[in-house]
Amino acid sequence: MAFYDSLFDSLGLREWCGAGDKGGPMTMAELLAKSKGTTATEETSALTLPFPSLDNLHAACEAIPRTRDMTSGVENFFLSIKSSLQFVLDPLTQPLSWLLDGSIWLFIAMPWWLLIGITLVAVYWITRSRASTILVAVTWLFLAFIDHYDYAVQTMAIIFICTGLSVLFGVPIGIAMSKNDRLQKAVIPVLDMLQTLPSFVYLIPLIFLFSVTESKLYGIAIILYAIVPVIRLTDLGIRLVDQDIIEAANAFGMTARQKLLSVELPLALPNIMAGVNQTIMMSLAMVVIASLVSAPGLGVLVLRGINNLELGVGLVSGFCIVILAILLDRVSKATLARVDVSQDS
Amino acid sequence: MTANVKVSIKNLYKIFGPAPESVLEHAKNGVDKASLLDQHGHVLGLKDINIDMKDGEITVIMGLSGSGKSTLIRHFNRLIEPTDGQILIDGVDVMTLSADDLRKMRQADMSMVFQKFALLPHKTVLENAGTALRVRGFKAEEADVEARKWLDRVGLAGFEDHYPHQLSGGMQQRVGIARALTSNSAVMLMDEAFSALDPLIRTDMQDLLLELQKELHKTIIFISHDLDEALKLADHLVILKDGEVIQQGEPQNILLNPSDPYIEDFVSDINRSRVLRVRSVMQPLKEAASSTAGNVDYNDTLEDVISHSDGDTTKVYLVMHEGEPVGTLCMKDLVRALVPRVPSEESIRS
Ligand SMILES: Nc1ncnc2c1ncn2[C@@H]1O[C@H](COP(=O)(O)OP(=O)(O)OP(=O)(O)O)[C@@H](O)[C@H]1O
Ligand SMILES: [Mg+2]
Repeated sequence: MAFYDSLFDSLGLREWCGAGDKGGPMTMAELLAKSKGTTATEETSALTLPFPSLDNLHAACEAIPRTRDMTSGVENFFLSIKSSLQFVLDPLTQPLSWLLDGSIWLFIAMPWWLLIGITLVAVYWITRSRASTILVAVTWLFLAFIDHYDYAVQTMAIIFICTGLSVLFGVPIGIAMSKNDRLQKAVIPVLDMLQTLPSFVYLIPLIFLFSVTESKLYGIAIILYAIVPVIRLTDLGIRLVDQDIIEAANAFGMTARQKLLSVELPLALPNIMAGVNQTIMMSLAMVVIASLVSAPGLGVLVLRGINNLELGVGLVSGFCIVILAILLDRVSKATLARVDVSQDS
Repeated sequence: MTANVKVSIKNLYKIFGPAPESVLEHAKNGVDKASLLDQHGHVLGLKDINIDMKDGEITVIMGLSGSGKSTLIRHFNRLIEPTDGQILIDGVDVMTLSADDLRKMRQADMSMVFQKFALLPHKTVLENAGTALRVRGFKAEEADVEARKWLDRVGLAGFEDHYPHQLSGGMQQRVGIARALTSNSAVMLMDEAFSALDPLIRTDMQDLLLELQKELHKTIIFISHDLDEALKLADHLVILKDGEVIQQGEPQNILLNPSDPYIEDFVSDINRSRVLRVRSVMQPLKEAASSTAGNVDYNDTLEDVISHSDGDTTKVYLVMHEGEPVGTLCMKDLVRALVPRVPSEESIRS
């Protein structure tokens, strides 16, 4: 006898519920009760009033689905659209796998002195900051010295590709949003969701769609997570461009394209760069978590530290991630500062 | 002066609000700004504006804050769409232009100088000055040659490679003027171009503008809320109040014959001896002039004459214009002209 039996009886729904024949698998609560050797039909009072949840109602009335039925319903829904989604998404995202695998292969294959050299020249060229360049040099030499070079290179390669793609897609989306209020209204909730969803939850539908061994799985997860700030700040940056200057651009008869390229984007650049900085930091955060789904790099070591209780391995690689984060932050901030100086108004 | 009309505004109405067309009828029937806002929830920006601006003249549109000056000047190049009325430039109705033609007109026929300069902060002074030509698709070198010439002309030679934020406000506005001049357009729109500058610099800039105008003869539409500035620059003065033109004409004429208590009140604080000119208060020459105390020029200010006369109010001067005697000036008339017509008792402005 379940608690809510009398309720259904009094409502005259017993017929609809079906006979009290309780078939099908047992719920967790029933299992527990059984193993304790008690029966589920205990005397109930107002003090032990069970919440009318799906499981409790099901106990009284067969026709009401259990929570387990609901989750499997969600699962079935995913499985049913899986093949068609895969059919569309698989070829579309395949280049991402190639890019990731290719760049990881390339970065690892390069001799260490060449890669570090190129990195330093690039950093100096972008930031024009001696301090940042020295920081990068010291960091890389240290990483190499403690034999974390390969892992760090893998992590950086992934961040490099994912940030690049985030900017490639994020900036145009941000521009479109800034030009179209309705699009902005539609996209912002999606961005909010992407940003607030716990990072592990992202991985679940992706694991369904793609096999865990494919690089695009973690690539997509990182990009989805990290693209949000570029989009937001591009949109914001363009909307914040001084209206007087926009008016001047109009008064001199600029076309929409001229206005975008020679006024709006340059003036929004500090904001866009702030977005890129956040994007880089977020891809670093995600690339560590993505080691759960076979992303190579320092995250793998952290994971090993956790799984095998190798405390030292975990802590040292964690430290390496921290110094990579500092390095990426400094370099992107130095770039931002350089962009800002030439247009302080 | 019998110059051609270059820019003409006819029956222009501008109403701000959700459905301007629906209340246009009321505005045309003379519902005023306050009741249009109260009863119909729309802001009457401009009401039945008719102005003819002649080729080669400076037209100053003057009014207090909120009178609709900025709204009006933005109609000339259609940065704001009118609710009703015509805007004719060289006889062409700007309202009939396609988006493309409108852009071409903005590129080539009109240039604009802004109150807050509105320079591109990430471009050098030289690039800024060449904006109009670059937009039109000129090569950078060609644009630079023109831009350099005009920067030189406004006194900014040597600053070509600076960025706007490295310059003072006055210098930035010189760049703004050079940018407008480089476009080589016949019409120049200036929205309170000198209002953000301090008084001395402002005077300099006004002198610069007058000097440039002497050789360039552009059609300049200048917005100002400062009567001294307006009187100094204007060939044609338009006074705007609550979106309506309440008087327009030759500035001296407005000063001597204000048509409205509002304007009387407005002009009562002005240093009239410095603004009024001999031509406005003289008597036309009748036969042979009796004994005169000397010659004064047609375009002298009254102040010049007063210092000339040592304050003697009995004197009569002969007025000369381009070497010919054209009239006589009694010091008595001059002194009378210095006293404004009694302004209305209750101050309009408070
Ligand atoms: N977009 C708009 N929506 C509603 N009302 C407006 C809008 N733009 C201007 N107005 C109204 O039109 C009137 C004239 O404004 P405008 O900016 O033209 O004044 P102004 O003479 O340039 O004043 P200022 O000297 O302060 O610049 C004001 O009452 C203002 O509230
Ligand atoms: Mg204004």
